[in-house]
Amino acid sequence: MSKVEISNLSMRFGSTDVLRDINLSVREGEFVCILGPSGCGKSTLLNIVGGFIQPSAGTASIDGVPVTRPDPRRIFVFQERGVFPWLTVDENVAFGLFRLSEAEKRDRVTRYVQLVGLAGFENAYPRELSGGMKQRLEVARALAVNPDVLYLDEPFGALDSITRLQMRRELLRIWQAEKKTILFVTHDIEESVQLADRVVIMSARPGRIRRILDIDIAHPRDLSAPRYIQLRDIIFSEIGLAHQV
Amino acid sequence: MRRLTPFLGLFVFIAAWDLAVRLTGAPLVPSPWEAFRGIGELTARGLLVKYVVASLFRVTWGYLLALVFAVPFGIAVGMSPRAQATINPLLQVLRPISPLAWIPIAILWFGVGDFSAVFLIFLASFFPLAVTAMHAVHDVDPVHLRAGENFGMSRGELIAHVVLPAIVPQLIVGMRIALGIAWLVVVAAEMIAVSSGLGFLIVDARNAGNRYDLVVAGMVMIGVIGIVLDLAMRRLEKLDFVRWGYVEG
Ligand SMILES: Nc1ncnc2c1ncn2[C@@H]1O[C@H](COP(=O)(O)OP(=O)(O)OP(=O)(O)O)[C@@H](O)[C@H]1O
Ligand SMILES: [Mg+2]
Repeated sequence: MSKVEISNLSMRFGSTDVLRDINLSVREGEFVCILGPSGCGKSTLLNIVGGFIQPSAGTASIDGVPVTRPDPRRIFVFQERGVFPWLTVDENVAFGLFRLSEAEKRDRVTRYVQLVGLAGFENAYPRELSGGMKQRLEVARALAVNPDVLYLDEPFGALDSITRLQMRRELLRIWQAEKKTILFVTHDIEESVQLADRVVIMSARPGRIRRILDIDIAHPRDLSAPRYIQLRDIIFSEIGLAHQV
Repeated sequence: MRRLTPFLGLFVFIAAWDLAVRLTGAPLVPSPWEAFRGIGELTARGLLVKYVVASLFRVTWGYLLALVFAVPFGIAVGMSPRAQATINPLLQVLRPISPLAWIPIAILWFGVGDFSAVFLIFLASFFPLAVTAMHAVHDVDPVHLRAGENFGMSRGELIAHVVLPAIVPQLIVGMRIALGIAWLVVVAAEMIAVSSGLGFLIVDARNAGNRYDLVVAGMVMIGVIGIVLDLAMRRLEKLDFVRWGYVEG
């Protein structure tokens, strides 16, 4: 059985047709990128799967159970401004652990602060962190509750290109270590080919799935390998872009 | 030298005051020196401490009571569009009524005494605090509320762990303003509704023998304590978990 199952899902906002007849199934532990032009409904799709909004038609199910509301077993990671500015790094990571004992809390916080490379900044406030560090903090906060699915909506969109590359490498490392199922929304073609097991390419609004592409390259991926370039170019032409500036 | 700059205006003012009293020879207006001596006299008679304590006591009670009621009230109303639509017009009508206009009603309900003064200060602080809390709730970043929901928080937990800390910076600004108003109001209330405190000192000094030196001494004390209260509130803005809410840094 698949982990995430989206079937015949459509979404309208008033008279605007945003998503039309989306069908997708995601295996446990799979890294899926959802790629498409701005406004095609990627965030809407992720919000429906996350339980924050209800679809107009069709269903999104996880482990066979239709999603009706947000659930701490699946955490949504926003861009870096999702961290709580009034809490320190440690306190942010502990945020979702409010039902655990102090000892358990401390263990997890230490572990995930380490994992995302924020050791030494435990008592810093977000205002004292760089954009990339805040993003890692948010990932740590999500991982600390040990979710089985992570939703990331253009998480690195606000970062500079060097930090973005580093963050991708970190995310892959964490994904391999923690074996999470990841749905990752982006409009960056290179990003999708670097990260995903499969890339879901969507059309402009109303968003439909144009094609699902297997990225059959093992990690770590060589960004100048012929297969990488080939897959990237397939996406370019699928989206209708000439590969020139 | 820089550190003295804030005192420069004060110094010039005192000098001008002194000069004006000397030149005009007005018989009732005290010179700065006489006012200063007035403070000494009040201290010696044990009145100064007694009256300052009386005024602060009323402010503390009225203000704390207002804080305890106004903040939960403001949050509750701010979080519910229906409650807000119902209660906001009422708040807007009550708010521009000066707390002093309530003095007759306060005396009617609570008689002459501490309760009346405390009630007036409560009223004076309640509205700015409630309105601040109400508006601040609207400014809470939806992303933070969603994160709270995502981690499985109930409504109560969401309020305690997300809404409240998110509004504290704005709340502190409101608290400062409310305390300033409370301090203005206590003096006025004491002129009418009680027979102790700095406000009473001022009317009493005038009524019992035109002691304008004591009137001005009382005014100076009110100003000094007002500044101290405001500085104390400003320190709250430096707390680590609220600094994010003000301009960077
Ligand atoms: N709550 C809403 N009410 C009305 N229309 C909405 C709402 N949310 C989204 N839309 C519309 O749905 C469409 C898709 O929005 P969505 O945010 O899902 O796009 P996106 O693919 O994430 O775009 P981007 O890449 O720019 O983030 C847009 O045209 C948007 O205006
Ligand atoms: Mg989006």
